Amino acid sequence: MLFSAKAGVARVAAAASRRTGRGGGTTLPGKLLLRMQPDAISVLGRSLIGGSAVVSATNGKTTTAKMAAAILEPEHRLCRNGAGANLESGIASALLEGNPAATGLFEVDEAALPAVVGALEPRVLVLGNLFRDQLDRYGELETVGAGWRRMVAGLPHDTTVVYNADDPLVASIASAHPATVAFGIDDPSAALAALPHAADSKWCPGCGARLVYDAVYLGHLGAWHCPNCDVSRAPLDAAARSVVGHGLDAVEFRLALAGEEVDVRLPLPGTYNVYNALAAAALGHSLAGVTPERARHGLESFSAAFGRFERVEIGGRKTILLLIKNPAGANEVVRTLCSDPQPMTLLVALNDRIADGRDVSWIWDVDFEPLEGRVEHAVATGTRGAEMAMRLAYAGVPRTAIEVAPMASAVDRATASGSGPLYVLTTYTAMLELRHQLADRGIVRPYWEAA
Amino acid sequence: MKPLRIAHLYPEHLNIYADRGNIAVLTRRCAWRGLDVEVTACGPGDALPAADLYYLGGGQDRDQVLIADDLRGKGDDLRSAVDDGALVLAVCGGYQLLGHRYRGHTGEEMRGISLVDLETVAGDRRMIGNVVLRCELEPGKPETLVGFENHAGRTTLGPGLKPLGTVVRGGGNNGEDGGEGVYTGRVIGTYVHGPLLPKNPWLADWLIRTGLGVDDLEPLDDGLELEAHQVAAQL
Repeated sequence: MLFSAKAGVARVAAAASRRTGRGGGTTLPGKLLLRMQPDAISVLGRSLIGGSAVVSATNGKTTTAKMAAAILEPEHRLCRNGAGANLESGIASALLEGNPAATGLFEVDEAALPAVVGALEPRVLVLGNLFRDQLDRYGELETVGAGWRRMVAGLPHDTTVVYNADDPLVASIASAHPATVAFGIDDPSAALAALPHAADSKWCPGCGARLVYDAVYLGHLGAWHCPNCDVSRAPLDAAARSVVGHGLDAVEFRLALAGEEVDVRLPLPGTYNVYNALAAAALGHSLAGVTPERARHGLESFSAAFGRFERVEIGGRKTILLLIKNPAGANEVVRTLCSDPQPMTLLVALNDRIADGRDVSWIWDVDFEPLEGRVEHAVATGTRGAEMAMRLAYAGVPRTAIEVAPMASAVDRATASGSGPLYVLTTYTAMLELRHQLADRGIVRPYWEAA
Repeated sequence: MKPLRIAHLYPEHLNIYADRGNIAVLTRRCAWRGLDVEVTACGPGDALPAADLYYLGGGQDRDQVLIADDLRGKGDDLRSAVDDGALVLAVCGGYQLLGHRYRGHTGEEMRGISLVDLETVAGDRRMIGNVVLRCELEPGKPETLVGFENHAGRTTLGPGLKPLGTVVRGGGNNGEDGGEGVYTGRVIGTYVHGPLLPKNPWLADWLIRTGLGVDDLEPLDDGLELEAHQVAAQL
């Protein structure tokens, strides 16, 4: 069969998947095509006139890619895997649907990244961060890191690697490449008091000595140096200065890039979103010469990606949906929520399906302790809801304020209790389930339309 | 009453499967009962502190190699402490280090402290998944232990040593002999994390009771713990 015929078969499958309401056709057609034509990503990728950019990270890849789209879209037609299907099948599906007169912009799962990058040969590769995540699926952090290291060694020299210089592990992987753009935060006043418990890479990737941090911004990200082997955070090509948080509404920072500085008010909270915005601005500049001023426009008009600080109203109740999937990301979510002084109602949904990680021990690496004294009512749900409820109890939330409810009634239980804002913290598959419920009530659009 | 003294060995290196959850459970369950508890972190180069319970977690391979040498230097002190009645709880990598050695895929060896007569050889397939064990630390009082395992090592106990429990579900020590972990009366080693103690409050309380040398503890409201235990036992 000719390639075009195989692609046609796969496109028909996509349309059928959407028509039968089984999903958005975000992975199935690609899976089918890759079975017929294993090098489909490479073949389709070569046809993209603008080339492509690829974003990967443990945390923030979906948001970073969406921010980059907001920055690029006014002037560039994009081919994206916006619905978050970020394995080979998702990339192939997006390429099938995409217009060849476009530029590719893909978020890619960190374990699938080496294979996708090998096939796609992107012009720009963004390496955001590496945190401990789903050990049962990915293996140890070092294993993912070793795969990235081999990938970078095999890159064409003219590929630009945009990397988070504040992450010592990512920096040690990326800095060997000849064409790099280092991004990071340059604002000691935004630093944390100490490395959090869940910090993963506090040892020098070169010699194993304990790293010294002049400032810690998030997890193990910060201004670091090794006292033993003289390695330190690289000079920043793209930096965020004067970072000022505005509760749950926004964060402001000064973006320094390509010799210019602009003030950005990002309509999303949290230090992690400053990193995402920096990565997106650096991507836009490297791929298409986007100026900091134009990047600012894109970032300021940005709206949250699916389940990433997404705001909805349920029965008149102000509700925010937050995806949690690993300790570093969840710690930042908790920290951000606690910047709101009002007593809160929580709905926490913990599933242990394959996409969530079968091993739920990670919730014990999350610092839920700052929630002590802040929670009016908590509803725990999901396949491991009881375990989540217990975690909150050990964090100091009174047992009388905690209930375990089935997924079907969890939203109603949560909206029926408490008075302040409702924060919905969920793992990936639980987010899909809850969004289906909310979509049935007409509150959010299906995920493949929302992206 | 004197406090329960817990020494947490290498918390910065051996912490891969949320090991601090085990410490949090011991600490809270003491505090909820008005019992004093002292947790001392002990890192590389530190002298082994006096304690009622020594805790060793699991680490990434690289971190384990980093601390194995240091731990051997503390081996004699730990053995004396156990002879004097202290408890040891070791999970995953920490469990392997209690034995004679860990032999990797290419034959490289990491020596342990030989506190317990066991040794571990790398297998070609990781055992990953939910675990259910049947345990009987105290004769006539059978208990169920639930959690998650994720290990490549195959551990074999020396003759006469008893496992912590028999495998109802999961791989256990080596996927062959039906045993999981080791239990010597003072030393518990296991591959079960999840972490180990939150969903197994009976084991947390056994450690607190035995560590303090008391017969009974004030009962707690364990409704959530038992529900989480039940869910995990049925996975």
